Amino acid sequence: MASGNRTIEVELSTSGMDSRGKPQRVPLVTNDGGSPMNVSAPQSMEPELTGDHMLINIGPQHPATHGVLRLVLELDGETVVRCIPHVGYLHCGFEKIGEYRQYNQIIPWTDREDYLNSIGNNVAFALGAERLFGIEITERCTVLRVIAAELSRIISHLVWLGTTCIDIGAFTPFLWAFEEREHVYNLLESWVGARLTTSATRVGGMAADIPAGWMDGLRQFIRNFPHTVDEIDRMLTRNAIWVGRTIGLGVMTPDEAINWGLSGPMLRASGVDYDVRKDFPYLGYENYDFDVPVGTNGDVYDRFLVRMEELRQSVRILQQAAAKLPDGPVNIDDPRIILPPKSKATSEMESMIHHFKQVMEGPRPPIGEAYVAVESPKGEKGYYMVSDGTSKPTRWRIRPPSFINLAAIPKMVEGHLLSDVIAINASIDIVMGEIDR
Amino acid sequence: MTDKFEIVSAGSALAGGATPVTPRGLPHRGGEPNASAAAVASRFPGVVLRSEVIWGDTVVYLTSGSIGEVMQWLHDDPSQQYDYLSDITAVESRDFEQPIEVVWHLRSLPFRRFLRVKTHLDKTAALEVPSVWGIWKAADWMERECFDMFGIRFTGHPDLRRILMWEQYKEGFPLRKDFPLRGRFSRAEQLRQALAQNPEAKYSMEELSIADAFEDLPAEMRQRLGTGERTGE
Repeated sequence: MASGNRTIEVELSTSGMDSRGKPQRVPLVTNDGGSPMNVSAPQSMEPELTGDHMLINIGPQHPATHGVLRLVLELDGETVVRCIPHVGYLHCGFEKIGEYRQYNQIIPWTDREDYLNSIGNNVAFALGAERLFGIEITERCTVLRVIAAELSRIISHLVWLGTTCIDIGAFTPFLWAFEEREHVYNLLESWVGARLTTSATRVGGMAADIPAGWMDGLRQFIRNFPHTVDEIDRMLTRNAIWVGRTIGLGVMTPDEAINWGLSGPMLRASGVDYDVRKDFPYLGYENYDFDVPVGTNGDVYDRFLVRMEELRQSVRILQQAAAKLPDGPVNIDDPRIILPPKSKATSEMESMIHHFKQVMEGPRPPIGEAYVAVESPKGEKGYYMVSDGTSKPTRWRIRPPSFINLAAIPKMVEGHLLSDVIAINASIDIVMGEIDR
Repeated sequence: MTDKFEIVSAGSALAGGATPVTPRGLPHRGGEPNASAAAVASRFPGVVLRSEVIWGDTVVYLTSGSIGEVMQWLHDDPSQQYDYLSDITAVESRDFEQPIEVVWHLRSLPFRRFLRVKTHLDKTAALEVPSVWGIWKAADWMERECFDMFGIRFTGHPDLRRILMWEQYKEGFPLRKDFPLRGRFSRAEQLRQALAQNPEAKYSMEELSIADAFEDLPAEMRQRLGTGERTGE
């Protein structure tokens, strides 16, 4: 894997058209370590550059570190010899706070860790808590959660795409990506009332069913969104600058990627076909027809290709989910776990008692533990919960995919140029809220 | 596009070509155990304290001394191939007499198996457990976080430093149950310590030594660093 030369035809946007009116294409031959634009200068012109290594600090307040990440780099000229990452600037102690909260009260905290994937985290946490409670959600709720998770994957990948474009020097795709993201946020807003911090799920159901006419908005988004993806694809995939800045950087071989515990697009770009949705399915993902894109070279360019294809596959899943959304109740019918409807709580004695018990004490799972992993946009996101029979978890643990993906950054950047550190760091798709928790 | 990557559907490795399905109606206790639990018990007699199946996941309780050996075997043996380390964490019970549990979540991508390995650490003894860094590099930051939050030392880890809390943090280990939610020190003391830090000194001694930058520092700061003060971040 990732050996030998690869040839990619790129379009040079500055050059003219060929005889058939098509953009002129120039094959670029690249090899692994070097940049394809690398032109070696004559030996005599090179000044004598032997001296001390330089220490350079990037972050924590730096736009290209995507949050408060700090990298201390040891440079030999412009080449990174060693990288020491520092995290923790955003540590909030979510796991500690969770031990003092009821299960439904933890859901707002899950919004705030990976804040680009907030509704996906809500779904993942609810699935973990439902495993711990031993309850089965309704069919309608399952499909609604699939829609929520895939919309959230689209948001997260679009933000990744836009910010990575800016890091590498392209501004236009950022605007296109963020415009589509607004459409998804409008959909979420009309569903749960919030755009970023959704808190959409409850243990045993959802906070709200979709409003009337919502599916029309979703279908319109599904119709229009692939055009934007194609546009960005045309703009970037064979763009000479984009290819030159991404190809051959931060290569992880399949064995290394598995050993370092990478997950999500990072792992699949290295050629490992591991997707939690396929391998350890949840929410009935085995009933959806979708493909898992797998790269071959494990570099920044392949991670870009994998994420672009995942956007298209998410649209396929959304189409199928929109077609199969069944009627019926969203929440399970169990007053010990789900709050009664407001109208009943204010008119029926029994429902009022249930409401009181729910709010004051909260649902209690049996003694036990559960680890539920989902395929978040960043990778395998796991929630591990341990219950001692009370209404608050003894331990609530987040398995943060971008934390574990970021741990491999010293391995990926060493030997590359300082400017490539930015591209490699962007390709990991980190969210510091999730890393520091 | 000449370099179009291949689209592969994951999950073709399961024996018999069966597609995995979403688990439904899992029993609280009991159910079909992961075959690896019995395999560990027969391969290493005496190290498996007990094993159980809870909500469909197999849990194997091992003696803390055997962790390194058993994990290496689980990773290397062709019939096990637990090549993917999902998570390392610890659990402290609210009951102070209960021991601390260290939990490893392992996955076998070729066999699509999931195994939870646990060991008990007695609170009266030193909280030490062998590191699995040599087997899975993924353990690097997971073990550092577990040390940072619980104070469990993973022997054999090459760089066991605090990771989420800063290096000068003196209040203890935040996820331990005897650690109050608001922190161990008063707000006044926390503020005093924060103000006493030197915001100019950003690098650790280790980082300064790699670039010979130590000699360039002002004499006063060199002297302070020389007396063992870790720099602020």
